[in-house]
Amino acid sequence: MMKNQTIEEKQYLVRFNADTKSHLHVLDPNICLTKCPDKICTIFCPASVYKWEEIRMHVGYEGCHECGSCRIGCPYENIKWEYPRGGHGIVFRLG
Amino acid sequence: MPEKFDCIVVGAGPAGTACAYELAKAGVNVLLLERGEYPGSKNVMGGVLYRKMMEDIIPEFYKEAPLERPIVEQRFMMMDKESAVTFSYKGLEWGREPYNNFTVLRAKFDQWFAEKAVEQGALLVCETVALECIVENGRVVGVRTDRPDGDVYADVVVLADGVNSLLAKQLGFHREWRPDEVALATMEILKLDKGIIEDRFNLEPGQGCTIELFGDATKGILGTGFLYTNKDTLSIGVGTLLSGLIKHKIKPYELLEYVKNHPMIRPYIQGSEPIEYLAHLIPEGGYHSIPKVAGHGVLVVGDAAQLVNAIHREGSNMAMTSGRLAAETIIMAKEYNDFSESMLDHYRMKLMESFIGQDLKKYKDATHHFDAFPQYFERYIPMMNRAASQMFTVDGASKWEKQKKIWRDFGSTGEKLKLARDVIKAWRVMK
Ligand code: SF4
Ligand code: SF4
Repeated sequence: MMKNQTIEEKQYLVRFNADTKSHLHVLDPNICLTKCPDKICTIFCPASVYKWEEIRMHVGYEGCHECGSCRIGCPYENIKWEYPRGGHGIVFRLG
Repeated sequence: MPEKFDCIVVGAGPAGTACAYELAKAGVNVLLLERGEYPGSKNVMGGVLYRKMMEDIIPEFYKEAPLERPIVEQRFMMMDKESAVTFSYKGLEWGREPYNNFTVLRAKFDQWFAEKAVEQGALLVCETVALECIVENGRVVGVRTDRPDGDVYADVVVLADGVNSLLAKQLGFHREWRPDEVALATMEILKLDKGIIEDRFNLEPGQGCTIELFGDATKGILGTGFLYTNKDTLSIGVGTLLSGLIKHKIKPYELLEYVKNHPMIRPYIQGSEPIEYLAHLIPEGGYHSIPKVAGHGVLVVGDAAQLVNAIHREGSNMAMTSGRLAAETIIMAKEYNDFSESMLDHYRMKLMESFIGQDLKKYKDATHHFDAFPQYFERYIPMMNRAASQMFTVDGASKWEKQKKIWRDFGSTGEKLKLARDVIKAWRVMK
């Protein structure tokens, strides 16, 4: 049986050239708090960028794969999504 | 940067690079913008590159391009929890010229392809985001980039900016995609010795195999998994509609682990070492989701135009062909010095007449059908596995008794009728 690899271990395999400021912004944490019981972006984000911390959303933008799922999947269009500055963000080396 | 070009192509993936290559070859002054550090650094693909559409652009590219393995066998596994019914075709004609398809690693391949466009005379500028189209009097006249003094102008702009085409959305060519129009794919590259790969997949040295996974690979959610052989790595991945992940509240990387640990898959990848993890969206809306693809001074190609055949996992080929057709249209527009929508709309017509329009039309209701009726994945694939198990298990029961048992397993008369109807419906959306 292989040991299940955690998302942290997976993310460790990826090269990032993180910018100093975030390209992702949760517009209104109140919507997350009151209207989104599942905090669904914390589930479907493939890089586990979003982490709910009691009353606010922590956004670990440095590990973002720039897939776009959160922009499309947030039921309240509560995420402002941009591309990181040119040359920044994820750098795939292989696939 | 000189500030005016004949054409600006946004995005150096297969669609944009194909377009820039063809334009440069015809002597058109073209700027190819890429937001990544190098072409391919933002791009992800399961890994199958089709020979034909690439050869339409660069004949005999396989003699020099960085390819992994030519595919000689394609397997399809219909998986249950502890079993699988497998279909396969292996043909050695695929192992020699002109080949059928190859596995590739995108970061390597896209760089090579973009260099080819540069050799033809395209100007490639990386690390540059196109923030918006510059629109004057209802026509696109250039793009605003994130470089200082970053406005660049052109007669025509080609949007090859991928599934997250913020530019096409900005122009109002489409609304935001719905979660059931995109599939989220996660994959890993696993390092494994060449010889072991060839032994495990029953291959001669250098040959490749692809396996598509259905059913339990995605825990019954609409989607597929895949396992492809590269030179000394494997690509393993799983993709499901974003709406499916939301509905079932499944974490995509946990689904990937589930596939990797599935008893039908584990023996293939045992002992390998993960060396990269990747996530990407695939536009799977199909025919009904194709946005407006031509406007005044602007064209949309590849993933940005939703040109993916989800049923046959074809995307890069459609990307390349759409880029080539866009280039042909631009070359014609340049002759007439007319970059209006009515001139550029020839691209849309060419697209619809090509295999792209034809195939997307053929499967226009397929994804939606299988999404709306989960029984195909949840019920029928396990049923197929049980039937095969019954038939091939030698336990002293006669084949007649076995057939009766299988028939009973199909359920009550009502359920059998439903099964029959579902088979007919599936046939209709696929035929
Ligand atoms: S999905 Fe949207 S609303 Fe829900 S927690 Fe995330 S950002 Fe907030
Ligand atoms: S773009 Fe993708 S990886 Fe990045 S935060 Fe959104 S869902 Fe996560």
